[in-house]
Amino acid sequence: MLNSNHFSLFDLPVSFAIDLAQLNQRYRAMQGEVHPDRVAAGTPAERLRSMQLSTQVNEAYQTLKSPVARARYLLQLNGVDTQEETNTAMPAAFLMQQMEWREAIEDASTTNDALALDALLKQLRQAAGNLERDLHHSLDQSHDYLSAAEAVRKLRFLDKVHDEIEHAIEALEQ
Amino acid sequence: MALLQISEPGQSAAPHQHRLAVGIDLGTTNSLVATVRSGLSIVLHDDEGRVLLPSVVHYLADGSTEVGYAAQAQQSHDPHNTIVSAKRFMGRGVHDIPDIAHYPYRFIDAPGMLQLNTVAGIKSPVEVSAEILKSLKLRAEKSLGGMLSGAVITVPAYFDDAQRQATKDAAKLAGINVLRLLNEPTAAAVAYGLDNASEGVFVIYDLGGGTFDISILRLSRGVFEVLATNGDSALGGDDFDRRVFCWILEQAKLPPIGPEDTRLLLTRAREAKELLTDHAEIHITCALSSGHLVDLMLTDQVFTEITGHLVTKTLAPTRKALRDAKIGIENIQGVVMVGGATRMPQIQQAVARFFGQEPLTNLDPDKVVALGAAIQANMLAGNRNDDELLLLDVTPLSLGIETMGGLTERIIPRNSTLPVARAQDFTTFRDGQTAMSLHVVQGERDLVSDCRSLASFELRGIPPMAAGAARIRVTFQVDADGLLSVKAFEQTSGAEANIVVKPSYGLDDDEIANMLQAGFAHASDDKEARALAEARVDAERLLEAIAVALKQDGSTLLSTEEQQLLETKMNALRNLLASSDARRITIDTETLNHASEAFAARRMDASVRKALTGHTLDNLKV
Repeated sequence: MLNSNHFSLFDLPVSFAIDLAQLNQRYRAMQGEVHPDRVAAGTPAERLRSMQLSTQVNEAYQTLKSPVARARYLLQLNGVDTQEETNTAMPAAFLMQQMEWREAIEDASTTNDALALDALLKQLRQAAGNLERDLHHSLDQSHDYLSAAEAVRKLRFLDKVHDEIEHAIEALEQ
Repeated sequence: MALLQISEPGQSAAPHQHRLAVGIDLGTTNSLVATVRSGLSIVLHDDEGRVLLPSVVHYLADGSTEVGYAAQAQQSHDPHNTIVSAKRFMGRGVHDIPDIAHYPYRFIDAPGMLQLNTVAGIKSPVEVSAEILKSLKLRAEKSLGGMLSGAVITVPAYFDDAQRQATKDAAKLAGINVLRLLNEPTAAAVAYGLDNASEGVFVIYDLGGGTFDISILRLSRGVFEVLATNGDSALGGDDFDRRVFCWILEQAKLPPIGPEDTRLLLTRAREAKELLTDHAEIHITCALSSGHLVDLMLTDQVFTEITGHLVTKTLAPTRKALRDAKIGIENIQGVVMVGGATRMPQIQQAVARFFGQEPLTNLDPDKVVALGAAIQANMLAGNRNDDELLLLDVTPLSLGIETMGGLTERIIPRNSTLPVARAQDFTTFRDGQTAMSLHVVQGERDLVSDCRSLASFELRGIPPMAAGAARIRVTFQVDADGLLSVKAFEQTSGAEANIVVKPSYGLDDDEIANMLQAGFAHASDDKEARALAEARVDAERLLEAIAVALKQDGSTLLSTEEQQLLETKMNALRNLLASSDARRITIDTETLNHASEAFAARRMDASVRKALTGHTLDNLKV
């Protein structure tokens, strides 16, 4: 495997703020060189190596593209565990918000209100956007890794709520 | 005056001539084969000028087979032994097939995949598909005047691992070197996108004979990036025929009918569906062997009513794919229609209503998949040196493992770009435990029983340790064909655990070997001669690939000694080719491949550096 981290693989600075257009362009250029389609007529050794490299490029790209995965990865590079499975303590206000969202999903489901579910998705996206701004500050400026880890845990919660809304929408469509 | 093409020094693929490569659309109702000739993708026809090959195989009592139109003609006379829609049975058990009683076949519920009892013996759907592939291979070799170097075979994007593996096995059985399994909608996008020089986000709506796929792709300067895919691998044009068939039974108030009459009425139903594409109403008339006469009129309005739920059934996967791609309908540049069933006006209308724009139908929906597959086959075979085409496809279904209480733990989520790998750590439950078993499933549901079982893995040879001390890292890899492989090793001791794979569906290597042998016996072929021929082909393929690599990068990436060492081994293998020792050739081929590993690694690493410096130069220009 390549001896590099996900950022250096694409020759990007190690930071939460990222130039997505540049990432996309370099990802494509990289896959253009290493993708298994490039060596389909090559030796078995070349095909194996290509699959490994192409897999690694995909992994790096997916990690950097997603704000929460990128933040988790940056914390990992700094030796900070995000404790997403073990640490479920959350500020009371955040937990209250969670409960309100879950109630709203239930209400919208029982009244078949697809528009309300769409509105909830928008609210959720906004909340995620705020947390991502916090992450930019705590990771790139104040280097406050503990509050960054908490923001990652919060985003993980939001992901779960997001999945629940999508399931509710799917149930309505059935 | 014609311009002469001259390649850049050192870049020419000569003396290796143009490799014969084809794209094969192995469809539920019809199959096609296409190739790139003089830079144009074209569909190849049979001796009588027909491009479609009906995916029908007729087995005869003497063990011989008829394929295509000849087989189709036997459908009503010999329904038990004339297999249509074998694609619906690939990688499937009897309990997976809805309405199984409607089929005139004698099914056998075998432990892996279902089988069919014919007058020529018991046949697997893999063997039936292999007959169709053999027929297409023959057509291609006759038309192109040489041996095929390889083929791209298309599969529905929503095919799971078992269905993909079954397709690859069928190709192996037909003696075809599979360059890649390509998703049908992606193939269509390639044909469409390159033809129209399109940019932006496109939807491919692909309703074939037996499968429905929806794919959302971003097209940008030759890069085809699949954002999300969804579908239903048991929904297609056949289901519309079946609806009309049931309507006929109801309207004509027929008593239960035999398999011959069932086949006859299904054929009439299909004809009615096709005629309604440009007629407002049609007559269905036929005389059944039971003496009953059918004389009915079907209007397009009634047809639309009785099949409306099937059209609606395609929209739920469409919505899911849009959500997964995080794309709104307003951002869709165009909707491309693929598959013969999209000729039905009510489908085109439903799609137009849903997307708020007229779907694109300027490419023949029957041919577009094969044409796209041929373009990729031509590139994979190494006939194109330009790097402008790149296909980035995804896994259609999530991959998970069974945990306590019959729950699924998701390991690789659906719509992950291929190739993809994920590692998961496991530990032991008891002191001194040396084995553990894993159950791999595919699907989106939380309960294992609601997902499709792919395989059971048994890890053996774990060094005895205290409970919870072992760290077994299991790596799940899905390759560019969408096929899964699993590796495991114990991290604290470094011991590689042995993996025994028991596929829940599909065939194991022994079954394939048995089928191949049965095939040789029937063709009264010499088994050893075949083994020797295959060993030689593999050896020649490797020798050629290394020769090309050496010519391109040998002097820059290898020392003189390293080059000489490789060349000595290559010469040894070349000399061995004249012998008839298949085993020695296979062993020496493997040795040579092994010897070329370091060179392969350096070449790939150089490619990565090239990609990096490429953009550095771009930056300088800005």
